[in-house]
Amino acid sequence: MSNRPQKTLVTGVIGSDTHIVGNRILSMALEKAGFKVVGLGALTPADEFIKAAIETDADAILVSSLYGQGELDCRGFRELCIEAGIGDMLLYVGGNLVVGKQPWHDVERRFIEMGFDRAFPPGTRPEDVVASLDKDFAARDASRRIAS
Amino acid sequence: MPAAHALLIDFGSTYTKLRAVNLAAARIIGSGQGPSTVASDVTIGLGAALNDLAGKLGGLPNFRYRLASSSAAGGLRMVTVGLVKELTAEAARRAALGAGAKLVGAFAYRLTRGDVDRIEGLAPDILLLSGGTDGGNSDVILHNARLLAASALACPIIVAGNRSTADEVADALVAGGKATRVTKNVMPELNVLDIEPAREAVRRVFMERIVHAKGIDRAQALFDQVLMPTPAAVLDGVSLLARGTTERQGLGDLLIVDVGGATTDVHSVCAGVPTRSGVIQQGLPEPMAKRTVEGDLGMRHNAATVIDTVGLPELAARMNLAQDRVGQLLERVEANVEWLPSTAEEAAFDQELAQVAVRLAVSRHAGTIETIYTALGPVSVQRGKDLSEIAALIGTGGPLVHARDPRAILACALADGEAPQTLLPRSPRLYIDSAYLLYAVGLLATVDKSAALNLALNNLECLDELTHGATTAA
Repeated sequence: MSNRPQKTLVTGVIGSDTHIVGNRILSMALEKAGFKVVGLGALTPADEFIKAAIETDADAILVSSLYGQGELDCRGFRELCIEAGIGDMLLYVGGNLVVGKQPWHDVERRFIEMGFDRAFPPGTRPEDVVASLDKDFAARDASRRIAS
Repeated sequence: MPAAHALLIDFGSTYTKLRAVNLAAARIIGSGQGPSTVASDVTIGLGAALNDLAGKLGGLPNFRYRLASSSAAGGLRMVTVGLVKELTAEAARRAALGAGAKLVGAFAYRLTRGDVDRIEGLAPDILLLSGGTDGGNSDVILHNARLLAASALACPIIVAGNRSTADEVADALVAGGKATRVTKNVMPELNVLDIEPAREAVRRVFMERIVHAKGIDRAQALFDQVLMPTPAAVLDGVSLLARGTTERQGLGDLLIVDVGGATTDVHSVCAGVPTRSGVIQQGLPEPMAKRTVEGDLGMRHNAATVIDTVGLPELAARMNLAQDRVGQLLERVEANVEWLPSTAEEAAFDQELAQVAVRLAVSRHAGTIETIYTALGPVSVQRGKDLSEIAALIGTGGPLVHARDPRAILACALADGEAPQTLLPRSPRLYIDSAYLLYAVGLLATVDKSAALNLALNNLECLDELTHGATTAA
């Protein structure tokens, strides 16, 4: 764990969503796994994730949404990143992303099409997120080494 | 043993002002005034002010302290540079304002060659360079440092950005021949402000270099030291007045409005955290002692913009004057910024202008509260400082202190149900600083805190007590 260079993650709950508990638990688990976590907390507008990522030179943004409005709140998130000059940011989203019972595959596809690298369903374990981050960062670092 | 005295000097933009204080009694024993002559020879104005004071006192006592602040020669003109506009760029702005600077330019993100040209044109006294949290973004501050290093800019540069790259930034600036001082990051972690070290660095550079550059040290034989820019002295003075000392209580959370010819300054000393329960605070944390400067709300240099914010017809009606007459008066103050009202009509004009300026300046300084409707019901979100529980509201500045009705001007800063989303003071005690001594309190606080606090508490005029006093006397 300590042998990898520390990556910085921006986390928060997007939109008019006050559900902070799950996000806190995830942030604590990520810190324990050796990441530097910049926690923005509840009720965070999309642009604040992006501004925080720029200032802290973050390696990934993890967006939580638990109140069913995630699809509306996250629309255009990747475009905002591109506009702000961090278009290649690793983007994750997770939580109760939509209202009602919808097949997870559809939901996941919609968020991937929106530009998120990964979407996580309700009930995801923090260690699954850590494993995904490790895998994605390793792939990115490898491609960067080849490029340079 | 003869009583100990202090001489407190303000090298202002128009006047050189003196306050002589008896330290044991914490009373002003006399005041003196001379012209501001920093542009030619600072000793002339100070000499005239000292003569004025000596004439009133029948000679000058031996002063134990002779301390000065300065806002002469355009004040301490600063430019700030940061990364994200709402984050490190805002933190740098706040640090500069808190240091008593006159902010002439604030830049964010990567500087362009055009930006650098503009900064060269602004010719600030100090540039404050920030960007990146500690361990955060480093290429933008480095890019900006390299551009500044290659520029023709002659002023000292204070680096208060990402710690991880501070050395590299300083090396680039020094290689470009810039006088450079590195201090702690204004935003070490995201949304954590640490502006005190930057503020102190500004003060040091001001004392060591700017005072000399502006020629104020030519009068050095007549005083001990120029300690800080005047607005910083005022901010230090009101901070002491709010908190008090171990021996004597201060006034508690307070707000001060300083109405001037070119700007209206607002200082608050309070945490500003939500006073209602269940309110979520968002945005940058607020400094305990916060200063904002409204550059468009001056009683003379920009009386026209003050009038525009309300509209001429409405304002003329409030003044009880014809619109043409208001137009004429406006022309007069713009032609002569030293103009003082003499007739009742002119006093009404000035009174109303000051009321508008105070209302707007305090509203901009105050935080806001907004209701957001979430799936779980409404949530209140606060941004900025909640001033509603402020204990004291102090008015200062010539146009306010000498107005027909200073109380009515101050009352414009209070919550009145018209803008419930703005967190304005509800029921503070009202004071005026009629002796113009808050800068003197800040200066004196550097050497004798309890004398400084007593001086403030003894000499501020409480408007509430005045009215109570008047009723009992009658």
